[in-house]
Amino acid sequence: MTDQSSVLRLEGVVKTFPGVRALDGVSFDLRPGEVHALMGENGAGKSTLMKVLGGIYDPDEGQIHVAGEPVEITSPMQAKARGVVFIHQELSLADELSVAENIWLGELPLKSFGRVDWGKLYADTDAILKTLNVSFDARTRVGDLSIANQQMVEIARALTVDPRAVIFDEPTASLTDAEKVVLFKVIADLQSRGVGIIYISHRMEEIFKITDRISVLRDGQYRGTLNTAETDEEAVTQLMIGRKLDLSRNESHHEMGDIALEVRGLSCGHLFRDVSFTVRRGEVVGFYGLVGAGRTEIAETIFGLRDPSEGQILLGGQEVRIHSPIEAIARGISLVPEDRKGQGLVLGMNCRDNMTLPQVDDLTAGPFVSDGAEISIFDQYRDKLDIRTPGWRQTVGNLSGGNQQKIVIGKWLSMRPEVLIVDEPTRGIDVGSKSEIHNLIRDLAAQGYAVIVISSEMPEVLHVSDRIVAMFSGRVMRTFTSDEVTEDSLIQAISGLQSDKVA
Amino acid sequence: MTPEKRKDLLKQGAIWGFIVLELAFFSIAGQFLSVTDTVFLSVDNMLLLLQQSAPIGIIALGMTIVMINGNIDLSVGATFALAAIVMLDSMTWPFMQALGDWAIPLSWCFALLTGVVLGAINGLIVWKTGVDAFIVTLGSMLGFRGLVFAYNGEQPTSHLNWTLIDFAEAQFLGLNTASWFLLGAALLLWLLMTRTVHGRNAYAIGNNRDAAVNAGIKVGPHFLWNFMLIGFLAALSGIVFSSGTGSVNPNDGMLYELWAITAVVLGGTKLAGGYGSIVSTLGGVIAIQLLRKGLGYVGAGTETVNLVIGLILIAVLFLDRQLNRKGKEELKT
Repeated sequence: MTDQSSVLRLEGVVKTFPGVRALDGVSFDLRPGEVHALMGENGAGKSTLMKVLGGIYDPDEGQIHVAGEPVEITSPMQAKARGVVFIHQELSLADELSVAENIWLGELPLKSFGRVDWGKLYADTDAILKTLNVSFDARTRVGDLSIANQQMVEIARALTVDPRAVIFDEPTASLTDAEKVVLFKVIADLQSRGVGIIYISHRMEEIFKITDRISVLRDGQYRGTLNTAETDEEAVTQLMIGRKLDLSRNESHHEMGDIALEVRGLSCGHLFRDVSFTVRRGEVVGFYGLVGAGRTEIAETIFGLRDPSEGQILLGGQEVRIHSPIEAIARGISLVPEDRKGQGLVLGMNCRDNMTLPQVDDLTAGPFVSDGAEISIFDQYRDKLDIRTPGWRQTVGNLSGGNQQKIVIGKWLSMRPEVLIVDEPTRGIDVGSKSEIHNLIRDLAAQGYAVIVISSEMPEVLHVSDRIVAMFSGRVMRTFTSDEVTEDSLIQAISGLQSDKVA
Repeated sequence: MTPEKRKDLLKQGAIWGFIVLELAFFSIAGQFLSVTDTVFLSVDNMLLLLQQSAPIGIIALGMTIVMINGNIDLSVGATFALAAIVMLDSMTWPFMQALGDWAIPLSWCFALLTGVVLGAINGLIVWKTGVDAFIVTLGSMLGFRGLVFAYNGEQPTSHLNWTLIDFAEAQFLGLNTASWFLLGAALLLWLLMTRTVHGRNAYAIGNNRDAAVNAGIKVGPHFLWNFMLIGFLAALSGIVFSSGTGSVNPNDGMLYELWAITAVVLGGTKLAGGYGSIVSTLGGVIAIQLLRKGLGYVGAGTETVNLVIGLILIAVLFLDRQLNRKGKEELKT
């Protein structure tokens, strides 16, 4: 095995950013015809490694070899010229351009005088699209395609050259099962042509289905490579997070009050249909599903950011119509949004001002904002939520993710809501702070708030929820109580598999 | 026809529909309100209209490309004036006078070179510093205008050359020289934007800059070329304008950048970049000129004209937003 040549080899790659050692001596080799999974938690250094490979970052130390030759990659084009192709996770497509132009972006076929050879362009593209078995053609405007089809366009880009190595970064995040089958066929086909494939994904079942070896990164360091056939999920997880995955259920149960929020048959266009559920005071209801299942959209509808096309929202037994966040807040609904930095905080403002943002209108002394009232609110929630900051003057952008999230939660608690909706509460937050946030959510419920937690992480929903609503493609598939839920039944429910057997 | 295609056609055809509406309105309203006896919708009047829209029109064509690219250029009015001054002044230089009429093409070359160099300055700053084009060209707008005043103070620069004026007034196939320049530039730039890799990359960069960078498109040099192109076109516009008059004021070309942007936006080009077309900009230019002429024809003053154009611009953008809304599902902002 050892003398087998590798298509791509990294040796001791180091990349530091001010204050962070993002990559710390990472070595890694990719053999022809293998699918090599690269795993690690968020922030483990996977994307930095990919950016080094793609020439977007220069490594501080270390060597990259392509097909046995040491190379220096300074641009994505150069990487592509050497046969290293990237399929990006965030769609990097120009949506006003046609499918063909996007696939050949940066290397449109030329005729004289710099003219585009449209005939060749469309013919070549249609040939590629045929192998992908998709329903659109080369001339379609990318903006008119569904997210999944846009992902297929992204994948088609890899097929424009004769690649040595193809790097897939979370390619299945937005694909349906049928489309996944096509993707796996494309991967198998590339594999049979001797192409090495790096496959980045969080989904264990896929990793174990299609990969040959698994390499794991943790905190910028290379933790080891396992042969897929000889390992199991637990061993990989342990390597990834340095401990066993905590799949424990929420055990604590406390007294529940009346129904605080009830949703009946709520629909919003094609985003979600016929969604019904209830949340009691003192209860945490977890919403679990894949990205795009409509969970965030439901929260936005309840919060008045979208108008429902059908259905009712009942607060404390009375039907309400909520047309704007202002009305929602007035009725005691608060939303801690998914994108903390983009939607939840004004990063350049200090802690106190962020926390009092929704009620600053009321905190006035004469024509001026009352400093004292603001500071007392801040102090109260800093102590209550254990927010660690040098003082209220600290700019929120300088705080850690966990503390930022607490500021957002504190902001909404200070509005004294009845229903608190928390969307992806621990995204991008380190492990220690995660459990703090989880405990906080449990505490809030115990104090009588009705809490909805939207999460894409199974341990998280299992951990904090009294009940779990599983969603798939805009529909509620099943509602579990924390006693009856199992990982398998939950995964089946969010994958759209109807299971009749009661777990 | 798929709904997408129909929508696309609607978007591209809207400006021409608007022009037809204007023509119909002014022809009918003119029957009752006209201050003269001439007919509004006559061939001569329309040809004159095309000729009058040439100076701003040529600049607007360049602006379309820069805006598709995701940039903007506010310095075109000053470039316009400086190029015109260079052209007229250079013809008075002793060695140029010795050349006789051959001085004309040479003076044009000087003027165009001026435009290209000024554009290159903008482009280089945007490329190398990464400062937003709006700020960069706001600064160069003031700076270039300063150069204009430095050249000749408050005095107009003039030079009468009858060959030049004859050329500017000449007609070929019924079209005036200025109109030919406008249409010729439009044709070439349309080919550039729809047929060449440079043009297609301009769309890609404006649409999704990260994607373009990831695909290895050299964004900086691309900006530079397009700023040089709009500088060239602003100079060309200056030439077309001042060849006919033989004189240029230091204040000439002021607000041209805004009129050009108005025409481009009316034509449907996105301010954020990535979408737009040369042909629609031509429509926008004609629509504005038609509005000015038509309102003048029915006896409205300049102040009314500006007010109406402003209102229409806002109405168009509002309509565009409504057309692009995703209905009830859309997230409120």
